[in-house]
Amino acid sequence: MNKILLVARREFLTRVQKKTFLLTTIGVPLLIAAFYAALIYFQIKSTDHFSIAVLDQANVFSGKLENKKNEITFKFVQSDTTTLKKQLDNHTYEAYIYIPAGFDITRGDSVELRSGKTLGMLTREDIERTIGKVLEEKRLLMLNVSKAQIDSIQHQKDPIKFTSVSGQKETDSKVGISYLVGMIAGFLIYIILFVYGTMVMRGVMEEKVSRIAEVIVSSVKPFQLMMGKITGIGMVGLVQFLIWFLLVFGIQFALPLIFPELASTVQQQPMPSAGAQAANAVQSSGGLSHFMEGLQTINFPLIIGCFIFYFLGGYFLYSSLFAAVGSAVNEDPQDAQSLLFPIMMPIIFAIVIMTKAVNDPNSSLAIFGSLFPFTSPIVMMARIAHGIPEGVTVAQLIISMVLLIVTFLGTTWVAAKIYRIGILMYGKKITWKEMIKWTFRKS
Amino acid sequence: MLDLHHLQKHYSGQKAVNDISFSVKKGSIFGLLGPNGAGKTTLLRMITGIFYPDQGEIIFDGKPFNPLKDVQQIGYMPEERGLYKKMKIGEQVMYLAQLKGLSKQEAQQKIKYWFEKLEMQTWWNKKVEDLSKGMSQKLQFVVTVLHEPKLIILDEPFSGLDPMNANLIKDEIYSLAKKGSTIIFSTHRMEQVEEICDHIVLMNLGSKMLDGTVQDIKQQFKENKFYIRLAEPIQPPESSLFHVVDHTENALTVKLQEGILSNDVLQYFINQSQTIESFHEILPSLNDIFIHLVEGTQATARAFQSSNN
Repeated sequence: MNKILLVARREFLTRVQKKTFLLTTIGVPLLIAAFYAALIYFQIKSTDHFSIAVLDQANVFSGKLENKKNEITFKFVQSDTTTLKKQLDNHTYEAYIYIPAGFDITRGDSVELRSGKTLGMLTREDIERTIGKVLEEKRLLMLNVSKAQIDSIQHQKDPIKFTSVSGQKETDSKVGISYLVGMIAGFLIYIILFVYGTMVMRGVMEEKVSRIAEVIVSSVKPFQLMMGKITGIGMVGLVQFLIWFLLVFGIQFALPLIFPELASTVQQQPMPSAGAQAANAVQSSGGLSHFMEGLQTINFPLIIGCFIFYFLGGYFLYSSLFAAVGSAVNEDPQDAQSLLFPIMMPIIFAIVIMTKAVNDPNSSLAIFGSLFPFTSPIVMMARIAHGIPEGVTVAQLIISMVLLIVTFLGTTWVAAKIYRIGILMYGKKITWKEMIKWTFRKS
Repeated sequence: MLDLHHLQKHYSGQKAVNDISFSVKKGSIFGLLGPNGAGKTTLLRMITGIFYPDQGEIIFDGKPFNPLKDVQQIGYMPEERGLYKKMKIGEQVMYLAQLKGLSKQEAQQKIKYWFEKLEMQTWWNKKVEDLSKGMSQKLQFVVTVLHEPKLIILDEPFSGLDPMNANLIKDEIYSLAKKGSTIIFSTHRMEQVEEICDHIVLMNLGSKMLDGTVQDIKQQFKENKFYIRLAEPIQPPESSLFHVVDHTENALTVKLQEGILSNDVLQYFINQSQTIESFHEILPSLNDIFIHLVEGTQATARAFQSSNN
């Protein structure tokens, strides 16, 4: 036991004392912050707006269309389509809408928009929404619905109230934020498994290639050496995450103080693809205040607790396998590729299930993924984010945790068997078949 | 100090070590010889507790060998050796000493002693990658003996060392043996073995072929050859006592016939009124014995290796 700690201490200290550790630990959050700052900056300063000429000969819009600030402007013009086409060519406008004099909205004629270049999805949606709203209103007015009635319909928020059995309100923003939190937590664990798993593998390879393995194995048992290495690197990971956690939170609090004008625009940010849905939910439910409200419905102590458990469980499960692969590889790192493939597969599989599970935490695929120990560290985070019992039942959580622990013990046992032979085997390419043979050999 | 009883170890059908028994006396320098692939390293790994024997028993210091506890008493310098390249030498030696069960203070004190003795004080903050091969070999030796083990096992300890450093290490080995440590040497460099070892075991293809002191073995394999140098040039004589194996102008190498004593030969030359300047027995070198014993089996030795690769 004491020797495992000695090995772990060395693994921890040699890594933490390296300059690259400081660089990545401080550098990565700064990089993320800088990336977001740049994104926000461009968003504010962006002159990249879309101007549309409207030639409204039927006077459908009565000369009035709502502009979207900084992005889309509608300009009513009195000219003809040929000049408008020319203006498209010399980029006075990006597009024009032509409504002929005989346009009849009751007949269901559609408005035609011609553009010089392809429109992006978001721009199209914005245009459709703006114009559609006006057309809808016009049609309703023609059916003798009064303006006041229309307004009263439009102002009714949350036509359906989603509530869970436990009585908790399932607002859009809550679901959206659960989605976001689950996604982020799942991806973090995915990254951890890869980054620290390969770190363990490299460490083992280094010991083998530098020929120190046999020197050390003559004073500690191979199992102690392996466990020490895994524990030490796991500690590095925990410390690194703690620092990141503090830094990210620090920066998030510091940023609005440095750029006060950012605070108001943050809520309108197009989130990276993973968060798009959540962002939409946030936007449609009314911005930052709802976002904060949504955050409050998330059970953070539960999520952070589970995150640490699945972080450690997943890490120990996979890193022992990575260690076994490292021990079987010789000087040529290329050899590692083919051996790594079967280990990578379930991790990638898990990410796929996770992206489904954040949407539908109770689908049978999500339940399977969150119980199956090779995918559960990633998939369970997606379900946990939706809370107990909405996302996952207590029984499932306990079964998943027990399975993870049992499997972790199993993989460590298997890995230790491969490791003790592999680490002393030189000049020979080792195949999966041989590794399986070592596993079942009596010691 | 160390007794091996019928040790066996198999690798997928191949007998890497097949029924080996011998004992090593306390304070002796013991040589384990054999060609590549003879099973030396496997045998040493069993003695150091890295491998468990399939069969047989190891008695360490009078008690059955307990790998967990007794490794503290063993210093092993494997043939495939190395150190962490990027780690500072001082920290590295501290770490390895602590792994052997020394406390921080003990380790510090002993490192200081050895570093001063072998003039390595300035190395503390260097990294192993900055050392030459010979220097890192010296460091490796220090790491092996630092915790004052009762049993020191050195696998090819002189490879890569210049004669000066080799002598330095050799002297340290002698003085460690004098202080009571038992030393097991594994090598295929016979001249070193002849010089250093008290007792040797020769292995080939996993089996023991020879066991004894260097002198005994040489006596066992002697061919009754004598070297005679005379004052005057001489033609190779014909005699019923011996036949001439080799001759130069005034020297002869003769092989005595069965039952003939060396005095009879001297008598023969004295009777011929020849002045004898030098007369001594030619003992076979260990190298000759080694080659003589192993040569016949070399073909199978190679087959063993290639099937292992």
